[in-house]
Amino acid sequence: MTDNDNYMVDGAGRRWFLKQSTALAGTLLLPPLATPSSALPGTVPAASSTARPITLRVNRKTYKLTAEPRETLLDLMRNRLNLTGSKKGCDHGQCGACTVHIDGRRAYSCLTLAVMQQGRDITTIEGLGTESALHPLQAAFIEHDGFQCGFCTPGQLMAGAALLREGHTGSADEIREWMSGNICRCGAYPGIVAAIQSVKKGGTPG
Amino acid sequence: MKNFQYTEASQPAQAVQQIGAGRDTKFVAGGTNLVDLMKYGIEQPDTLIDISRLELAKIEKTATGIRIGALARNSDMAEHPLVTSQFPLLAEALLAGASPQLRNMATLGGNLMQRTRCNYFYDISQPCNKRQGPTAQAGCGALEGYNRIHAILGLESGDLNQSCIATNPSDMNVALAALDAVVNVSGPAGQRAIPIRDFHRLAGKKPQQDTTLAPNELITSIDLTTPQRAGKSHYLKVRDRASYAFALVSVAARLVVESGRIQDVRLALGGVAHKPWRLTSVEQQLIGKPATEASFREAARQLVAGAKGFEHNAFKIELAQSAIVRALQTVAA
Ligand SMILES: Cc1cc2nc3c(=O)[nH]c(=O)nc-3n(C[C@H](O)[C@H](O)[C@H](O)COP(=O)(O)OP(=O)(O)OC[C@H]3O[C@@H](n4cnc5c(N)ncnc54)[C@H](O)[C@@H]3O)c2cc1C
Ligand code: SF4
Ligand code: FES
Ligand code: FES
Repeated sequence: MTDNDNYMVDGAGRRWFLKQSTALAGTLLLPPLATPSSALPGTVPAASSTARPITLRVNRKTYKLTAEPRETLLDLMRNRLNLTGSKKGCDHGQCGACTVHIDGRRAYSCLTLAVMQQGRDITTIEGLGTESALHPLQAAFIEHDGFQCGFCTPGQLMAGAALLREGHTGSADEIREWMSGNICRCGAYPGIVAAIQSVKKGGTPG
Repeated sequence: MKNFQYTEASQPAQAVQQIGAGRDTKFVAGGTNLVDLMKYGIEQPDTLIDISRLELAKIEKTATGIRIGALARNSDMAEHPLVTSQFPLLAEALLAGASPQLRNMATLGGNLMQRTRCNYFYDISQPCNKRQGPTAQAGCGALEGYNRIHAILGLESGDLNQSCIATNPSDMNVALAALDAVVNVSGPAGQRAIPIRDFHRLAGKKPQQDTTLAPNELITSIDLTTPQRAGKSHYLKVRDRASYAFALVSVAARLVVESGRIQDVRLALGGVAHKPWRLTSVEQQLIGKPATEASFREAARQLVAGAKGFEHNAFKIELAQSAIVRALQTVAA
């Protein structure tokens, strides 16, 4: 592979690591044992001039806080709003675990910046149903074994609830195609399709 | 992700002015490609200009066809009656792309500009002319690496290690190439209209440059001309899993047949080159020919003439031809 000067696995990898650790330090997620690494010179985040006050509406509640533009909606909700129902499966738009509704439409919260979602209505799994009044699809997931480990489930439910509203429920194949943005590592797919079909038959798309 | 300044644009003219003001400034629309690339450190803008609220999301009739605003969401485009009735090929290609969630976020402008999915472009520890620019003399990691998703057509005739063998990953762009879309853009010097065939480019000596759009230009809309005779169309996408995967090879086909003879044809390929691959000379030759497998096979052969296979993607040469024949048979039936 050509030019050694430019082929810097080490150099580039190290820069990447430093950048990551800066980002992590900001989220206070580092376990105590790891904190000494933040003592490395140059890795302490400088007081930022980019942070700004933002207002978000999530599950009908209004949150006012200061945020960095680089915070994704997913990170901000999980780390700072205590809304940990939306999961971080891949962080790159490839799994669906972070699915939420933005103005009623399903979207991946990992690929959008929180600052960009001001003034929109965001709904997460915490806002879909309550423990005493489950969304019909939540009840159907229990009834039809729509999950195993449960990690993908909040995303599946948010996608499924949107799909019912969109009306892409003509056949099992149509449901599978329109649920293809949500991956289940446990392979609970047959139960998920059955659950969606049962809600469709029950005529309560929520 | 590196920190950056963030501003919102409320008017297209303001967006153009803002993009000209900063050194390393980028537009963000749906964010599905740019935010991803920023997470990997591949894009590191100092300033982001949020254009997602610009009033450029309309889909409307024009004197000759339709105009789609650059901020129209891919899902809205795919289900709009003007698109499904006059340009079903575009709707089909859009629905073949990404996932419902991504299509709800992705915009027309962002899709036109989306960058390659080459694994070496995505890995900053690897040499990549596209990411590092030609002056870095980095080389192309894919050339001797895992190049299954890479190009077979439109390759630089000189030293490929100074160029790029990546493909444009978009499905929508393939349909737009077949439909002769025109991209309307707005820059400091005013407006201009770029035919889609000149919008995306072959890598050549400027591997870092995917399109002919200047960094300070804003895409405002595309225009599509309603065909005289619609005929039938089909977007065939071949990929590693049935859904939610990029194309290995794809074909956008539109065909008008009368009394068994081809009256009009459009044919564009995805997944095979740095831009959607279309040869109007091959289409011209098909006109008047019988709509039979033999004619389709000959056109397929011509369309991939001169193709070059690499270690892991040579299969695409045969696959592309089979896909072309299959797509044409589907619309001829
Ligand atoms: C997991 C995954 C799977 C996918 N699968 C597919 C697939 O199968 N087929 C497919 O076609 N696509 C696929 N995509 C890609 C997706 O279609 C693109 O990410 C999307 O279209 C980008 O649009 P956006 O609005 O989000 O762009 P952004 O991320 O906001 O922007 C992308 C680029 O376009 C520029 N830009 C945006 N709007 C304008 C404008 N108006 N003027 C000038 N510049 C502009 C931005 O500056 C940026 O450089 C996939 C993406 C992911 C993450
Ligand atoms: S194919 Fe293009 S994008 Fe991929 S490594 Fe080579 S130069 Fe970079
Ligand atoms: S975490 Fe967002 S799609 Fe995987
Ligand atoms: S239930 Fe385990 S990933 Fe889906």
